[in-house]
Amino acid sequence: MAAPRIGVLALQGAFREHRQRLESLGAQVSEVRLPADLAGLHGLVLPGGESTTIARLMTDFGLWAPLRDFHAAGGALWGTCAGAILLARGVQGAPPQFGGQQRSLAVMDLTVRRNAFGRQVDSFAVPLDVHGLDAPFPAVFIRAPVIEEVGEDVEVLARHAGQIVLVRQGRLLASSFHPELTADARLHALFLGLAAPPVPA
Amino acid sequence: MTDASSAATPQTGTAQIKQGFAEMFKGGVIMDVVTADQARIAEAAGATAVMALERVPADIRADGGVARMSDPKMIKEIIAAVTIPVMAKVRIGHFVEAQILQALGVDFIDESEVLTPADEQYHIEKAGFRVPFVCGAKNLGEALRRVGEGASMIRTKGEAGTGDIIEAVRHARTVLGEIRSIRARPSDELMTVARDLQAPYHLVQYVHEHGALPVVNFAAGGVATPADAALMMHLGLDGVFVGSGIFKSSNPERRAQAIVKAVTHYRNPDVLAEISEDLGAPMTGINIDSLVPAERLAGRGW
Repeated sequence: MAAPRIGVLALQGAFREHRQRLESLGAQVSEVRLPADLAGLHGLVLPGGESTTIARLMTDFGLWAPLRDFHAAGGALWGTCAGAILLARGVQGAPPQFGGQQRSLAVMDLTVRRNAFGRQVDSFAVPLDVHGLDAPFPAVFIRAPVIEEVGEDVEVLARHAGQIVLVRQGRLLASSFHPELTADARLHALFLGLAAPPVPA
Repeated sequence: MTDASSAATPQTGTAQIKQGFAEMFKGGVIMDVVTADQARIAEAAGATAVMALERVPADIRADGGVARMSDPKMIKEIIAAVTIPVMAKVRIGHFVEAQILQALGVDFIDESEVLTPADEQYHIEKAGFRVPFVCGAKNLGEALRRVGEGASMIRTKGEAGTGDIIEAVRHARTVLGEIRSIRARPSDELMTVARDLQAPYHLVQYVHEHGALPVVNFAAGGVATPADAALMMHLGLDGVFVGSGIFKSSNPERRAQAIVKAVTHYRNPDVLAEISEDLGAPMTGINIDSLVPAERLAGRGW
């Protein structure tokens, strides 16, 4: 099977770490900054960073509709931290001057609350039990969101202190923590599985 | 599914968490603000964080006197006004100002030469704080000493409040050039390199092995236009701080948005041409050659 071609949304944030981790698994990785960069990809990672910054740049460079179309046409999406906020149907805790509203792709049946664990002094790392992995995943939570509500089609893969922090829905994956900040590539391998190109008949 | 992970104690304030947070600013712009209104403008323009301070460097320069940590009331107003991270500055060596900012819940502390130094010999021992620190550096030895003390992020010092990019370019080229030269040295020469740089040996070894600083490295000091910001990204920095350059220009909102876009699309001259158009007047600026040495901020720190 040919290596999956994966894009990393490179507007702002930890896109280089995702790129390195995906390349270590044999994926062919390119950076996406403009709609034309999506051509030929099987999957796209939306990295951590500042969700308000990334959303602003997605508006400025016309990426909202092309990303929804990319997913509708079969592309897998994975949002980590800020990226998870951008996938969610509902976002709570948006800046007051935005009228409490934050734009998102709304492709995943989730409600996410921004900065749910507090400010940076409250950020933490913890070994996390993940459904389907036989040893805990070293999860790093940085001013992290939590997933407050999920739809019926959403599979909860991990919780921390009772809060949902990793979910899957079809070809969509969302994590409120940062797998790219550790050397553990197991969740990137899971995503490559979701984004695998169809085997030719 | 059982929730066994809740049995493990979460760790806070580790180097991984502090440096990982700094990684999230990459490809972004951190903007100086002096009021909650400016903070809201910065957030709406796409800033990845705001730096809360009483006076931007251009005014500190104009006003003279001792520049100190900002009033906690103003910092709290800015924290309440935005959802992006809030940074604030302390004087070099002033660990009590840093304790106060940590207690306020500030997300990042800048131990900054822009304020009047409090200690002419020692910087803050930063590793013991839960809140991460950014420090300025003019060369690699200075950068590695700050990382050795626990800084989670490094920035150029530039010459703040001038709108003149030359000093930031000089610091970036110096640090990155020294990294390249260490990369090329055989490993048995590294102890002498560490001695010459006055830098911790294990960090010199890290630079030799990875060809990079162990923390993110931003541009600061003198960034006034989208082209300035893109220039610093091309030189190999990870992101940009903008101080007086935004709110001392004629159209802060437009200029702030343009600088944010320039940092993302620094490799795309077509985009840069489009966003650089019709931004209004940039900050007036001071050519740094006109500053007498005593007026230079970048020389502070050791």
